[in-house]
Amino acid sequence: MIESLISFWASLPIALTTVIVILLKIVAIILPLILAVAYTTYAERKVIGYMQIRMGPNRVGPKGWLQPIADVVKLMFKEVIIPEKSSRFVFLFAPIMVLAPALVAWSVIPFADGMVLADVNAGLLFVLAITSLDVFGVILAGWASNSKYAMLSAMRVGAQVVSYEIAMGFALVGVLMASNSLNLSDIVNAQAGGIDNWFIWPLFGLFLVYFISGVAETNRAPFDVAEGESEIVAGFHVEYAGMAFALFFLAEYASMILISALTSLMFLGGWLSPFEGTFLVNIPAIGALFDSGIHWFLIKIMIFLFFYLWFRATFPRYRYDQIMRLGWKILIPVTIVWLFGEMVAIGLGWTPWA
Amino acid sequence: MISTLKHYVKTFTLFELLQGLSVTGKYFFKKKITIQYPEQKTPMSPRFRGHHALRRYDNGEERCIACKLCEATCPALAIKIESEEREDGTRRTTRYDIDMFKCIYCGFCEEACPVDAIVETRVFEYHFESREGSIITKDELLAFGDKHETQIAKDRAVEAAYR
Repeated sequence: MIESLISFWASLPIALTTVIVILLKIVAIILPLILAVAYTTYAERKVIGYMQIRMGPNRVGPKGWLQPIADVVKLMFKEVIIPEKSSRFVFLFAPIMVLAPALVAWSVIPFADGMVLADVNAGLLFVLAITSLDVFGVILAGWASNSKYAMLSAMRVGAQVVSYEIAMGFALVGVLMASNSLNLSDIVNAQAGGIDNWFIWPLFGLFLVYFISGVAETNRAPFDVAEGESEIVAGFHVEYAGMAFALFFLAEYASMILISALTSLMFLGGWLSPFEGTFLVNIPAIGALFDSGIHWFLIKIMIFLFFYLWFRATFPRYRYDQIMRLGWKILIPVTIVWLFGEMVAIGLGWTPWA
Repeated sequence: MISTLKHYVKTFTLFELLQGLSVTGKYFFKKKITIQYPEQKTPMSPRFRGHHALRRYDNGEERCIACKLCEATCPALAIKIESEEREDGTRRTTRYDIDMFKCIYCGFCEEACPVDAIVETRVFEYHFESREGSIITKDELLAFGDKHETQIAKDRAVEAAYR
């Protein structure tokens, strides 16, 4: 049986098998990602609840573990309402435009050594380019809804994302200078050799700037003027309901996880273990837990996701002009100064991270 | 000069943001104060004003003498009473309706009652399945009183000193 399957597989044309393998890999990335999104929403409600000394959802299933499933089922059965004077095609196309980039960017993320869908050499540029596309979907959604609130929100998102993209890009230039590569796997491998080799230490300022602009990029609290419940109801997705709304939701959380993944790849050594090279790795049986692997990558992602939720539970929303001031007058100058310092260090041959 | 410097150090070390984070971080580990309602309940006062009931004397005679003081005092006009003389010459109600939608649970009827006939019990978990269902009739009120008499009597006894 197995042999006949193998021979059947070998008899298929190479092009077809490649496509099938890639499709399977895509499914293997997307499905856990969507599950992760569902459970991030659960974690969010739980964490924020705990920080407000409440319990959070705990009724659906044991300890509320089925809550996200129930939410998904509810959203699926709701009607997708299309406003009468909206631009019908753009209105339905916008959620896809938001979701697609958030998922596409995952193709270049290495989960462990060699565990990557597309090992492109310009991975960093690819990620930057793709994540910038997110904002088009949001602007389209805001415009197509034919609603004042949605339009205002779309304008805010546009300005905000464009401003923070610059600080984000500059922060990545620092990583690029330190690692000498745009390939994400190479960037991680450049940090190999123990926790003190991670880029977070020499590039701490850039790390902060990157994560702050990452929060702003994903329109999460405290930079969520795009959503702004108190002023513009729900922002660009006021007019959306049912699955169309769910796609926005999915995209928001997928890009949150993406930013967390990128931050851990570029500053915390991705799948590298903090115990790398210590005696712990050599312990029989449980040594593998302390060794580098995908589990460390997932743990780091979770830490950053927790920070996202922690920020949301703590900080009040920034005023719009303060957001602009922070982006243009603080984060960008900070990155430029840091890059200059790094440049001088490299020029003098003083590269402690190498 | 010094204050400007201080300000810059404070902003660039994210001092105030970390302070805020530490507050929420502390609360994250605190004991949660949520009451899990159907399983857990908050303590209840004997003066609690919930569903109404009409009481009887120990010999089974209904207390209400149709004086209509409750009807007169009810600020929401929720009570409707009709009365007549019984064969033994006493005055009794033929109709005692309370519209639970109108009722504001102020407890004035209970205070006004000279014979402790109308009372408000501790029961607050009830519902109606139709619009008309909100009007509770005399029979229902008497039955409700019979059902909860032990609890009602206990609460009145505790409160007797203050009435």
